[in-house]
Amino acid sequence: MEVPFVLLIGLFFSAAVYLMLSKFLVRVLLGVVLLGNAVNLLIFTNGRILREVPPIIPAGHDVPKALTANPLPQALILTAIVISFSFFAFLLVLVYRAYQDLGTDNGNEMRLAEPENDPLPPTGY
Amino acid sequence: MTTLIFRTVAPFLTALMVLFSLFVLLRGHNEPGGGFIGGLIAVSAFAIYGIANGIAAVRRALWFHPMAISAFGLFIAAIAGLMSIFFAVPFMTGLWVYPVILGVEIPLSSVMLFDTGVYLVVVGAITSIALALEAEEDA
Amino acid sequence: MLPDTMGLTFLAFCLPFLGALVAPALTRILGHNAAWPLALVPAAIFLHFLGFNAEVARGEIVTGGYAWVPSYNVSFSWLIDGLSLAFLLLISGIGTLIVLYAGGYLKGHPHQGRFFSFILMFMGAMLGLVASDSFLMLFVFWELTSITSFLLIGFDHAREAARRAALQALVVTGGGGLFLLAGLLLLWNVTDVTQLSLLMSFGAEVRASPFYLPLLFLILGGAFTKSAQFPFHFWLPNAMEAPTPVSAYLHSATMVKAGVYLLMRLNPVMGDTPAWETILPAFGGLTLIVGAVLAIRQSDLKLMLAYTTVASLGLLVMLTGFGSQHAVAAAALYLVAHSLFKGALFMVAGLIDHETGTRDITRLGGLRRAMPVTFLAALLASLSMAGLPPFFGFLAKEEIYAALAGGSLRAVAFTAAAVVGNGLMFAVAFAVALKPFLGAPVKTPKHAHEGPALLWIGPVLLAVKGLVIGLFSAAAHALLTSPLASAIAGKPQTVTISAVPHLGLALALSVVTIVFGIAVFLFIDKARAAANRLVEDIGWGPDRGFDQVMTGLVRAAAAITRLVQPGRMEIYMTATFAVIALALLVPPAVYGEWPRLPVWPADMPFHELAVMALAVLGIGAVLTARNRLTAIVALGIQGFCVALLFLLFGAPDLAFTQFMIETLSVVILALVMTRLKLTPRDHRPLREKIPDAVIAIACGLGFSLYLLKVTQGRFDTALTDFFNLYSKTIAHGANVVNVIIVDFRGTDTLGEIAVVMVTGLAILSIIRIRKGRA
Repeated sequence: MEVPFVLLIGLFFSAAVYLMLSKFLVRVLLGVVLLGNAVNLLIFTNGRILREVPPIIPAGHDVPKALTANPLPQALILTAIVISFSFFAFLLVLVYRAYQDLGTDNGNEMRLAEPENDPLPPTGY
Repeated sequence: MTTLIFRTVAPFLTALMVLFSLFVLLRGHNEPGGGFIGGLIAVSAFAIYGIANGIAAVRRALWFHPMAISAFGLFIAAIAGLMSIFFAVPFMTGLWVYPVILGVEIPLSSVMLFDTGVYLVVVGAITSIALALEAEEDA
Repeated sequence: MLPDTMGLTFLAFCLPFLGALVAPALTRILGHNAAWPLALVPAAIFLHFLGFNAEVARGEIVTGGYAWVPSYNVSFSWLIDGLSLAFLLLISGIGTLIVLYAGGYLKGHPHQGRFFSFILMFMGAMLGLVASDSFLMLFVFWELTSITSFLLIGFDHAREAARRAALQALVVTGGGGLFLLAGLLLLWNVTDVTQLSLLMSFGAEVRASPFYLPLLFLILGGAFTKSAQFPFHFWLPNAMEAPTPVSAYLHSATMVKAGVYLLMRLNPVMGDTPAWETILPAFGGLTLIVGAVLAIRQSDLKLMLAYTTVASLGLLVMLTGFGSQHAVAAAALYLVAHSLFKGALFMVAGLIDHETGTRDITRLGGLRRAMPVTFLAALLASLSMAGLPPFFGFLAKEEIYAALAGGSLRAVAFTAAAVVGNGLMFAVAFAVALKPFLGAPVKTPKHAHEGPALLWIGPVLLAVKGLVIGLFSAAAHALLTSPLASAIAGKPQTVTISAVPHLGLALALSVVTIVFGIAVFLFIDKARAAANRLVEDIGWGPDRGFDQVMTGLVRAAAAITRLVQPGRMEIYMTATFAVIALALLVPPAVYGEWPRLPVWPADMPFHELAVMALAVLGIGAVLTARNRLTAIVALGIQGFCVALLFLLFGAPDLAFTQFMIETLSVVILALVMTRLKLTPRDHRPLREKIPDAVIAIACGLGFSLYLLKVTQGRFDTALTDFFNLYSKTIAHGANVVNVIIVDFRGTDTLGEIAVVMVTGLAILSIIRIRKGRA
């Protein structure tokens, strides 16, 4: 049952990496979103896939009745989704501001921190 | 987007969604739900209200600054963890009491307080992000 | 040892640091008179350790300490034997006088409080270093002395020369400390002990170990850099940029002796081998000659003394490694004698500088009337340094010659080195102590007069002590030098030499030294010129080499930075993902661990496949979208598909969260993207597209193969079973996922919501900054 997931995740990763290799920050941003989903699915599949039985203990029982989906990766992913969303929003605002201030979303044209012709550091004491 | 129908419906929709988000938060320990999901539902509610009636209305409706709500959430989540000090058990140990109010046994716990903290952090932080971006729109 | 004594000893090790803490405030209140209360700190320490004297003189070893990390066998423990005690007394005793001296010397200096603080910290580090029993403490204090001496040497940080000297000392001695660390780790590895006191019984194992030579190399790397042995001697004279109290302290009894201490400490363990007895005397002898010749060359009082310190350190290293009973006794005697006279002479030099405004020997003369007390101190100290009876230095010198003199070629060579070195030092001693005071008065930049008591009390006390010990040598031997020599040798030793000259070879060599020394002193100007010519003919020296190394280091770092950080993000990204792809694909290729060929599951219902197909479509649309809206919608499609997959495969919590997040993402993206006047298409030419696509596909393939391999393996359900079993029974929750989040792993979640909040704050501030500027 994991096989279709494996293929889908491979596709997600490929697309995410391809987008992130772009010079343009908007594309990189889209890549980051895809990467987040790819990683979440990866963790999900690592915990093995089981259909339609959520990890909820029925009333009147102390342990799950039948085999349920693995709760551990779900707990990990749940927080990961929220955090990757906050980072996505942060990156988005950062790109937006960079565009407003520098007039470009091309990463190679943003040379504020690493100027093109950085002079040698001083060699004195 | 701001049609008359939308603007009329939006406050009711928002109220319903916030109520629903609280429901999801409280039932989270035993059914699907919890602080993260409940918080996100509440954020959507405020986003809808903001789109319909403008962000000033949302800020008025929230009464507190969203970041303050978020910080308060983190505060009570930490308090929920630290309560264990008074019972000489390790940090974050779940503590439960079962007071009977009007003949109904209500389970209360530090865990629930913690989940409420999560809810408030998510509501505050993400509402604040959404509002900031919407405000940018107006500017 | 009684527990209360142990507490007091611990307090003694902490006291300098406490003193350092209050020193600036105290100086603000009392001005330079803060020296008096602050000098009580080392004085109290001195008295405390003096109390151990009787015990140690009986040959006992005092140990104590507290366990720190018992599971790693790490402790804060000390070991006080003859060697440690001698050092402890020298450090705290001379330290007391130095604090007083600094009170007078830096009177009115705006940063005098800071200076007191630094010097007390340094004292604490030094005390800890010589008393540490555990390797870890030894190393920590060793590096702490490097750091505090950096602060002291660079005290006058407004001058470039001081900054350079400080950095040089830090690089050389701190770098040597890394050698020491490696050496100590290797010692630990070889012997399995982490305490010096236990190490002493492992001498045979260490010497027989195949790692003995690397070990020796590492330990000597630490000791030679600290103790300024040739060719690492250059930092010591440069450190004269520091205020004179620092020079007097660091270069008489403390910092530079740390290397000698280490060698003496390890002599019983690592000594007595051909390598030890060749390398140490050879480097020591060379350092002795080089230091003495360079000392003659100088005309600055402090620099002359600094180079004789280099020479003396060479002599000490030579004696430590020489390997005879007399040599050990001589090393012990010379160690103490040198600390006393060198401390005194440095303080005299500073005093002259302070009162006359110059320390150039050619511009000084006839000060004996103006500064009689200083003259007395200088005279006494220099007579000890010159090795004339009945001073302490004479005892040391006699013992040195008794140790070295012998018939073999080796003995003759080292005796000759010692005679030449001592003769030159004799000349320097007289030049420093007599030249400024005798002869006709010379006009100096400042009108010369006697300094205040704070300034002369130190040199006078130290110089007189040199005489007293020389006169009452029997008591001094019993209390100080015999235990010291025993600790260095690792077996009981008795030092017997007295100030009464005995006829013999040693005395004859002393006479030769004195005659040679007087001859050099009489023609010191010519000797100086000759030494100058010699050094100029050689031209390049390690000091200039240091500059070249530092410049080269900066250039190389800049070149490497430019190579790996050209400032183009796509290069960083390409490198990162290429490495990830290789890391995923190379190991299975090398070890042949590919996953088995997968089997397509027969029971995949149509709707599940349809959702996956929709997700694929969404990804494809994101990649090829021609306008912003398409990209946003396509991104939403793949996100909702992921949410549906979560829902279909037993994760309703995830599905709801993902739905909400995707909705909000689309809203926010729409808000921002409508204002970015950008097309989401990229304009990569084909020659860039192909390698990018190759890397992307390799990454995807790598993750797929890895995941396939993992899912084909056995699944360990221990954690899952734990959560399923206890979720209801212990944590009272039926939704296992929620219970894990808020209860079992609650601390994790606390951290995560903190991250969410901080991100919110960051976004808010980025937006606000812009508003404020506009």
